[in-house]
Amino acid sequence: MSMTATATELITVANVSKSFATDGGEKTVLSDISLTIREGEIVALLGRSGSGKSTLLRCIAGLIGPTAGRVAYRGTRLNGANPGTALVFQSFALLPWFTVLENVELGLEAKGVKPAERRERALRAIDVIGLDGFESAYPKELSGGMRQRVGFARALVVEPDVLLMDEPFSALDVLTSENLRSELVRMWADGSMPTKTALIVTHNIEEAIQLADRVLVLDSNPGRIKAELAVGLPKPRDRRSPEFEALVDEVYGILTGQKAEARRTTGESTTTTAPSGPGLETPLPTASTGAIGGLLELLAAHGGTEGLAEIADELRYEIDDLLPVVDAANLLNLARPQGPDLRITEQGRRYAASDLLRAKEQFATLAVEAAPLVRHIVRALRHSDSGSLRADDVLTELKALYGDEAEQQLDTAIDWGRYGELYEFDSDSDRLLLPTHPDAAAGADHRDAHEG
Amino acid sequence: MPLLRQVPGVGALSRPRLRWADVLIGAGIAVVFYLVVKASLGAAAPINLETAPQSVSTDPANLPYYALRSLLRMFAALAASTVFTFVVSTAAARLPRAEKIILPALDILQSVPILGFLSVTVTGFIAMFPGSTLGLEAASVFAIFTSQAWNMAFSFHSSLVAQASDLDEAARLMRLTKWQRFWKVDVPSGMIPLVWNGMMSFGGGWFFLAASEAISVGNNSYALPGVGAYVAAAVGAGELDHVWWAIATMAVMVLGVNFLFWRPLVAWTERFRQEDTAAADRPRSVVLEVLSHSTIPRGLGRAFAPVGRGLDAAMRPFGVAEHPLFVPAIRRRATDVVLIVLVAAAIAYGAYWAYDFISSNIGLGSFGEAFVLGLVTLLRVAVIIVLATIVWVPVGVWIGMSPKISRLAQPVVQLLASFPANFLFPFAIAFFVATNIPLDVGGILLMALGSQWYILFNVIAGASAIPTDLRQAMESFGLSRWQRWRRLILPAIFPSFVTGGITAAGGAWNASIVAEVVTYNHETITATGLGAYIAQATSSGDMARVLVGVIVMSVFVVGLNRLFWRRLYKIAETRFSL
Repeated sequence: MSMTATATELITVANVSKSFATDGGEKTVLSDISLTIREGEIVALLGRSGSGKSTLLRCIAGLIGPTAGRVAYRGTRLNGANPGTALVFQSFALLPWFTVLENVELGLEAKGVKPAERRERALRAIDVIGLDGFESAYPKELSGGMRQRVGFARALVVEPDVLLMDEPFSALDVLTSENLRSELVRMWADGSMPTKTALIVTHNIEEAIQLADRVLVLDSNPGRIKAELAVGLPKPRDRRSPEFEALVDEVYGILTGQKAEARRTTGESTTTTAPSGPGLETPLPTASTGAIGGLLELLAAHGGTEGLAEIADELRYEIDDLLPVVDAANLLNLARPQGPDLRITEQGRRYAASDLLRAKEQFATLAVEAAPLVRHIVRALRHSDSGSLRADDVLTELKALYGDEAEQQLDTAIDWGRYGELYEFDSDSDRLLLPTHPDAAAGADHRDAHEG
Repeated sequence: MPLLRQVPGVGALSRPRLRWADVLIGAGIAVVFYLVVKASLGAAAPINLETAPQSVSTDPANLPYYALRSLLRMFAALAASTVFTFVVSTAAARLPRAEKIILPALDILQSVPILGFLSVTVTGFIAMFPGSTLGLEAASVFAIFTSQAWNMAFSFHSSLVAQASDLDEAARLMRLTKWQRFWKVDVPSGMIPLVWNGMMSFGGGWFFLAASEAISVGNNSYALPGVGAYVAAAVGAGELDHVWWAIATMAVMVLGVNFLFWRPLVAWTERFRQEDTAAADRPRSVVLEVLSHSTIPRGLGRAFAPVGRGLDAAMRPFGVAEHPLFVPAIRRRATDVVLIVLVAAAIAYGAYWAYDFISSNIGLGSFGEAFVLGLVTLLRVAVIIVLATIVWVPVGVWIGMSPKISRLAQPVVQLLASFPANFLFPFAIAFFVATNIPLDVGGILLMALGSQWYILFNVIAGASAIPTDLRQAMESFGLSRWQRWRRLILPAIFPSFVTGGITAAGGAWNASIVAEVVTYNHETITATGLGAYIAQATSSGDMARVLVGVIVMSVFVVGLNRLFWRRLYKIAETRFSL
C-alpha cells in the first residue's frame, strides 16, 4: 500500500537463510528470505507445515539466529531477543503457577516498573482484552479462549512496537477463535489496540485475509517467499463477499500451483542393494491411504470437480490437513489441481468406484509408477537375495535428503506399501519384507500385538 | 433487598481475628525455633578430640535429644543439597561448557561408594574446625549430603533442560533478569520432580546418618550424639532391648518428618503442575490445610516482600537471562581450548598423584587383590537382585494392580524403604551368631535389607500405571494367568523394574561397606569382600587401601551400569514404554 511506503521500517529481514544440522547432513528450512515490516501495517505469513514460517517468526523475534543474512530491528542487527516485539504463542505459554494478573505483570516486572504502576498498567490491559474478573484466576482454571486472552494481554501490556503472533488461534475451537479474531479486528479498528503493527503466522487462509494488509505466501521445502498479496478490502471484512472469496481462491491456486523444482541431491546417495531410483528427491506427501480414498470419493460424489476452499470447508480441514492429500492424489495421477479447483482424473474415477481389493491393486500399480520412494523400496527388495531390507539402511539414505523428516517419509512409504500389499514391515526386526518372505505373515501377527 | 441487609458485609468477614489455625501455627513456629536453637548449641559446642567420647550413652532417656540432633543433621544436609542443586544444575543447564564437565562428574559421583570416603572427609573436616564438634558434625552432614545431592542435581538439571520451549521463549522475549528467570520460571518448573527426589533422597539419607554418626578413623573412634551412634553403641554392647527403643524413635522421626514436612510440601507443589487437568488423586495434607487456614504464612509473605523486591533490584546488574545469537568463532574456540587444557591437566595431575600415592605405599598389586574381592561382593549383589526380583516382583504387581491394597500398602512400603537398614542389622546379626551362619552368607541378607525396597517400590509404581483398558482387554480375551503375565504385565513393568534394579544394585554395593564387617557384643565378625576391605582400611587409617578399594568399587558400579543396566534401559525405552 502506498501509505505504508513512507512509514518507518521497524523490522528488516535481508537474505535470511536458516538450516539445521541433522543426522545425515543439513536441512535447509528457510532460503534467502527478504521482507520488511513497516510501522502501522499488519502482515500475515501464510504457509503449510514445513514452510518454516514459525522459524522465520523466531528469527524476527531474535530467539534464534539465521544461518545467513540479517534481521534488524529499527536498523540494528539482532543479537538476542528482539526488544521491540512481544509474542503471542500458539500454546499460550502462560506460567501455570502465576495468576492471570501475575502473568500479565511479569513482563513489566522484567522492565523494572514500580509495583504500583505495574499493577495499574496490567489491570488496564486485562480490562481492554476482556478479562475483567479473572485477575486472580490461575491459567488452568480458564478455557482455551480465555487463556489466549491472557497471552494477548501479556504481550500488549509492554506496548511492543510489533506484536508477533504464532498461529494464535489454531489451538482454539472454531467458535472461540472466530470470537477472539473478530474482537482483535474491532480493537484495531476502534484504536483501543495499543500496538498498531503486527506479524501473524498462520496456515489458515481466511484468517490471513481477514486480518492482514499484506499476505506473504511461503513455499515449503525449503521455505521461501512464493508470492505477496496486498489485501485492499475495507475492514471489517465480509468473508462471504465475492472479493474475499476470490482472494481465498487465489491463495489456494498459489499454494497448489506449480511445485517448486525437485530438491537438489546433496552428495551421492549410494545403496548396496539396488541402484537409487530416479526422483527419490521428490518427497512423498504425508497423507494416509484412507484420506486419499476419501478425497476421491468426495470428488466423485461432487461430479468430479470441486473448489479446494469448498472441500476444506466441508471437511473442516486446515490447509495442513488438506494439501498433503491433494498432493498425494496429484502425485498418483488420481486428481489434478486446476487453479482453485481440484479435478478428478480417469484413474481417480476408477479408483473411487472399485471395491477394496481392486482399489488396493490399482493403488499398488500407481504407487510403484509414481511414488519414487515406494518404487525404490520395491526394486531394492526384488534385487536382494533374501527378499528383505533393513529399514535403517533406507532411513540413512533418506536422512541425507530429508534430515529430520526422513522418518516421516519412511512411515508414509511403509503405510502406502502395506496398503498396496507391496511389502510388509516387521518392526521387531526392523526389516522391510516382500509378502513372499517366509517371515512376512508371522511378522504381521507379532507386530499387531506390540504396537500401541 | 432485606435479605441482603442481613448478610454481613465483606468488611466484616475479612476483619482480622485470631483463628485456631493461627494459634496452632504460631505455637508450631515457636517450638521449631526452640528445638533448632537447642540442637545447634550442642552441635557447635567446643570439644577436645583427645578426650572426645568414643561412644554415646545407651540410656533411652537421651533418645529425644539424640533424635533432635540427628534431625538437625538431616535438614542441614537437605539444605546444603538444595543449594548445591540450584547452583550446579543451573550452571550445567545454562553454560554448555560447564555441562560437559558437570554431568559426567555427577554421573561418576553418584556411582561412587560414599561410605568409603567417610574417613577422608572426617579427617578433612576435623582439620577445618579445630577444637569444636562442628568438624565431626560437618563430616556427618557431608556424608548425608553426598547421598542426596547428585540425585537432586540430576533431577533439577533434567527438568531445566526439558523445560517447555515456549516458556523459555516467553521468558527470553520478556527479557527477565537472570534472577527473575531463576525464581519465576526455572525453580517452579522443576519444583515437583525436585521435591519428590528430595523426599526419596531424604529417605535414603537416614542410612548414611546412622552410618556416619559413629565412625572409626585411623584407630580413633568418634561418636556424635544421635540416634545412629546410639544404635552403634547398643549393638557394640549387645543390648538388643535398647536397639528397640532406637527403632521406635526412628519410626517416629520418619513418620513425623513425613507428616509435618514432606506431605505438606508435596501437596503444596501441586500448584506447579503444568498439565491442564489436575491428577485425580491429588496429594493432600492436613498440615497444609491448617497452614492455608492461617493468616500467618500470608502475613510473613507480606512482611518479607520488601526483601524480595530488594534482592530483585540488587540482582538486576547481573543482566538479562539471554545469550547472544552470534559469538565470534575464534573466541569460542579459544575458550574451548583453554577449558580442555585445564580439565585435562587437573585429571592428569589427580591420576598421577593417586598412582604415586598407591605405588609408593602398597604397590599396584593391591588392585588385583581388591578386584578379586570385588568379584565376591559382585556375587552377593547379583544374588540380592535375583532373589529380590523373584520375591518382590509378584508382590509389587499384586499391590500395584489393586488400588485398594495400594493405598494401604504405599505408606508402609515408604516407611520400610526410608527406614535405615543398619538399625535392623543387630537382630540379623544376633540371629547369625545364634545359628552359626557365617557372615559371608549372612552379609547377603544385611545388604538386601536396605536395597531390596527399591525394586518393590518401582514395581508397584509400574504396575499401578498399567492402563485399566489394557487390563480389561486382556481379561476379555480370556488370556490365562501366565499369558497375561507374559503378554502384558511383565513388559509393562519392565522399565520401572530396571530403574529399581539400578538403584537397588547401587545401594547394595554401598551397603557392603557396612555389612561385610560388623561388631556385635564386643566381637568383630568379618566376611570376605570388597566392602570389608574398604571398611577395614578405613578403621586402620590405611588411606592407600581405601583409595584402591573405592576406585575398584567405582569401576565395578560404573562398568555394570554401562554394560548391563544401561542396555536393559535402552530395551525398556524402545520396546516396552507405555
